[in-house]
Amino acid sequence: MSATAKVLKYQASDVARSRWLIIYTLFFLATAEAVLRFSNDGAKALLSLSNVVLLVIPLVTIVFGTVYLYNAREFIELLLAQPVKRRQLFGGLYLGLALPLSAGFAVGLATPFLLRGLGDRALAITLATLLLLGIALTAIFTALAFLIASSTDDRLKGLGVAITLWLLTSLLYDGLVLIVVAVFADYPIAKPVLALVVANPIDLARVSLLLRFDISALMGYTGAVFRSFFGSEWGIAITSAALALWIAVPTVLGARRFGRKDF
Amino acid sequence: MIQVRSLWKKFGALDVLRGLELAVGRGRVTAIVGPNGAGKTTLLKTILGLTRPDAGEVVVDGVRVNGDESYRSQIGYMPQLARFPGNLTARELFAMLSDLRGVDPSIALDEELVTAFALEPELAKPIRTLSGGTRQKVNAAAAFLFRPRLLILDEPTAGLDPLSSGVLKAKVLAARDSGCTVVVTSHIMSDLEELADDVVFLSGGQAHYAGSVAELIELTRQVNLERAIAAMMLRGTRPAAA
Repeated sequence: MSATAKVLKYQASDVARSRWLIIYTLFFLATAEAVLRFSNDGAKALLSLSNVVLLVIPLVTIVFGTVYLYNAREFIELLLAQPVKRRQLFGGLYLGLALPLSAGFAVGLATPFLLRGLGDRALAITLATLLLLGIALTAIFTALAFLIASSTDDRLKGLGVAITLWLLTSLLYDGLVLIVVAVFADYPIAKPVLALVVANPIDLARVSLLLRFDISALMGYTGAVFRSFFGSEWGIAITSAALALWIAVPTVLGARRFGRKDF
Repeated sequence: MIQVRSLWKKFGALDVLRGLELAVGRGRVTAIVGPNGAGKTTLLKTILGLTRPDAGEVVVDGVRVNGDESYRSQIGYMPQLARFPGNLTARELFAMLSDLRGVDPSIALDEELVTAFALEPELAKPIRTLSGGTRQKVNAAAAFLFRPRLLILDEPTAGLDPLSSGVLKAKVLAARDSGCTVVVTSHIMSDLEELADDVVFLSGGQAHYAGSVAELIELTRQVNLERAIAAMMLRGTRPAAA
């Protein structure tokens, strides 16, 4: 077993027993249950849940991840005094947080659906898409959190950067896209907007999800372009590749910072 | 056991280590003392490979510290602040360290301190429920667990009651007598006087004195280590300025 797997084993069991993870799981459980009770329609419930997932996962993950790494500072020093490679330790810490967070989310969200039975195949696929995208966002924002916490020792600054990054990707970016759309409304902008969407992981997840619901018909010509893009095999491949890049790049940069850092 | 050669380290604009030269003898207890900000912790962290020097080198038991981690299997480290994952038990913590070190589970660990501190009943509780002093005992026990050949103790007796502090000091001396090299920092000079064979006086990132405790007391014409160190801090540098 590599050092990464060993660190993962103990860190994950520490995080899994943490009160915050239990609250996080219960939150998704309660929200999914409530939405299902009110709507009585699996598809509508999933649409509402998509919005919750896209807002909550990035915020909780990036804040929790940053605080977690800062709090573990002294323990990381002790672990680094053992015969362990820094990169393997980083990998173990990363997975030790990202996996329990992903599991907490997936279990919380899926349980109310599974208890009612999925029946409908389209609904099952949409649920699976939502779960996969939620896990991808968890992986991305944990990686960003670790990159931030490895880059600065100033906790307040790190937390500030984390929250700013969340604001940028989840709120301000959409404003920017809307401005672009409004300013260039007379031009054929479907493709540039498509590029903008692919460049932001939260937008990418949002559009991938929206296109699975009927409301995408309301999105007009752009919606049609999106639909033909994201529905195609190419679109799915590019979406997956973009999300994978969003996971890989911050992880590699974070591991490099962590490897060179003075503790 | 440890050779430090012209070690330089800068944090921002601050020169913490300025060409530090040092040798730590095998099988001896060496105390690192000096005013706050003298570079004690930075020195320990450089020996452990936690901090990388700007220039110079550290050689531990013939191995140059350069990012390869295997030399640390010989080291037991007791950090100043005992903070562990709160939801794990101390038993799990020991198991984690053993796993990471790749220790053969059939080999008996040195749990003398667990017995001496009467820690056994605390080992099954989540660490977050333990008191600060108990955590410090867990911290101490963890450092001795793998029978290291080099012990690095950063303020080991801080937060321990007199009884436990005595237990720990006896353990350090026993480890030394069985051939272990010990490097220790502390601001409690009476503790160091009991423990240390050699003392290194660090100030401004350089070692101003390195030698036996008795010799330092003699050189400064003081009655004990505390007075001797205080005299050196007052004088700024050399023990034999007079």
